[in-house]
Amino acid sequence: MEFDGERILDGINLYFNDHEFLTLLGPSGCGKTTTLRIIGGFLTPTSGRVLFDGKCINDVPPYERQINTVFQRYALFPHLNVYDNIAFGLKVAKLPKDEIHTRVQEMLEIVGLQGFENRRIDKLSGGQQQRVAIARALVNRPKVLLLDEPLAALDLRLRKDMQNELKRIQQAMGITFIYVTHDQEEALSMSDTVVVMDKGRIQQIGKPEDIYNEPKNAFVADFIGESNILDGVMNADYKVKFFGRTFRCLDAGFQPNEPVDVVIRPEDIDFVDPEAGHLTGTVTSVTFKGLNYDIIVDFKGFKWLIQTTDHQPVGATVGIRLNPEDIHVMHKSEYSGLFGDYSSYSAEYDELTEDADDEEE
Amino acid sequence: MKKNKSILLSTPYILWMLIFTLIPLGVVGYYALTDPETGVFTWGNIRDLWLFAPTLGISVWYSLVSALICLLLGYPVAYYIAHRGATAQKILYMLVMLPMCMSFLLRTLAWVGLLETNGIINQFLNALGIRSLNMIGTPGAVILGMVYNYLPYMILPLYAIIVKIDSRLIEAAEDLGCTPVQVFSRVVLPLSMPGILSGITMVFVPAVSTFYISQKLGGTDTMLIGDVIERQFKSAGNPNLGAALSLVLMLLVFVCTGIMNRFGSDEEGGVVV
Repeated sequence: MEFDGERILDGINLYFNDHEFLTLLGPSGCGKTTTLRIIGGFLTPTSGRVLFDGKCINDVPPYERQINTVFQRYALFPHLNVYDNIAFGLKVAKLPKDEIHTRVQEMLEIVGLQGFENRRIDKLSGGQQQRVAIARALVNRPKVLLLDEPLAALDLRLRKDMQNELKRIQQAMGITFIYVTHDQEEALSMSDTVVVMDKGRIQQIGKPEDIYNEPKNAFVADFIGESNILDGVMNADYKVKFFGRTFRCLDAGFQPNEPVDVVIRPEDIDFVDPEAGHLTGTVTSVTFKGLNYDIIVDFKGFKWLIQTTDHQPVGATVGIRLNPEDIHVMHKSEYSGLFGDYSSYSAEYDELTEDADDEEE
Repeated sequence: MKKNKSILLSTPYILWMLIFTLIPLGVVGYYALTDPETGVFTWGNIRDLWLFAPTLGISVWYSLVSALICLLLGYPVAYYIAHRGATAQKILYMLVMLPMCMSFLLRTLAWVGLLETNGIINQFLNALGIRSLNMIGTPGAVILGMVYNYLPYMILPLYAIIVKIDSRLIEAAEDLGCTPVQVFSRVVLPLSMPGILSGITMVFVPAVSTFYISQKLGGTDTMLIGDVIERQFKSAGNPNLGAALSLVLMLLVFVCTGIMNRFGSDEEGGVVV
């Protein structure tokens, strides 16, 4: 897909299975909304094909596709009330009046908005508007529902509730959901399949657990959760060397002595006495996060993030042990060296990934 | 403190309103209800207005027709402008405004030159061997003059509303199965309603009280209520009757805009199914 001569999407090859909850996850500008708009028919790809039930639908206009969309910030019709918004698609399809009525009532029940039929759109809260938007799309019983950051405008509490709600609706109705978000937690908790995207390319496709446990490159490792990413060398199968030490690991299939990226998740690291540790370092900062402490430890100038319930004072010398299953080895990629160093750690790293508001085209 | 300041700031306008709008309105009311010769209170002027009912009817009719033609001509233009790029929008907006920079009198006189029996159009037609057309002095010429002069007042409010319609609503309509025609009739047109109503009002109100256009482009049988009022104050020398006519015209405009606004708010309120 090219746009204004710039390549926005490159080599996107995706399969969507029936009744699947698939999430396109990536930072602002990664091309996920563009992908969604191509599926919805609002953009025509400059090359490549979109197949739907085996038929190419590149030239099928949006109004002839059996796909409905829940738009970013809902795009509800301000001149219509709740009932007429939901009934819109059915009226366009010229369904009999009583069938429209039954189906709208059914949808109102599913999204929990009975009694709001005659309410004006601007008299609804964000969460209610969001439900109307979902009902308006689902009432047409599409084969595929596209959701473009539907929860981005809601506050955290409401967002959690709606996540459960959406998952429930998806399972109850058995419709394929294609969900776009930049919130990794949302993606992991709702999806059957996660597609991680960046720079218009698919970085990894997989089940949430696989994406988290077996990231393919430094970008995925960093974007999904927190990661310490180190330079290493794969001495042989199951043997990786970093920080001048060889560790046992569970990875194999690399070239002998291939340079690799090594991922160590902050929550997998346990403190031990300095003498008993594989590595020793100095605590440089401690932040209380509620569930755990975020502790930054300096190992020979490279700072690691460690998440633990054990408090360590700043300045303490600590030792760590790494078990084979705590170490994940990845091939080098264009992202190597860009992520995974907590030297510039700030306690706000969580928010940074969450509040970026993307309106990429 | 803040309240006092805002009152202070609006004082000049309130004074202006008082001196140049409210007091004159009182004077108009006084004249309308007093006898031209004796100056005593009378309903006589109002009663005489029945004589002018046909003129009033014609004025309203011509103005409504003009407003409708303006709408039909103006809507596509406004829609077109609203869907251009930012620079093109500015240029086109300027072009629509341009005729308004020219004197109203001059613009109307130019049409006289075009439509006259020996005017430019007929000369052109004669040169092609076609017989002269009788254009000047017809109702058509008057309506043409109104449409020409007031078209920008239709386009500008329409443009202002259409340009604000969220493109995502159009996509949402397509997504829900609307063909381009249905997108227009079910989403764009209803959302343009405020612009349509204000456009009609902006054309209808000045058109219904105009006098110059009909004098220059119309004939003896196309006298409008504005002309009658002007004559009462000038040649006929009966300002009391003129005042009564003005008052009634004003009421009529109020009623018309009131009806339209009512219609508009119903539309927005959404019809209950």
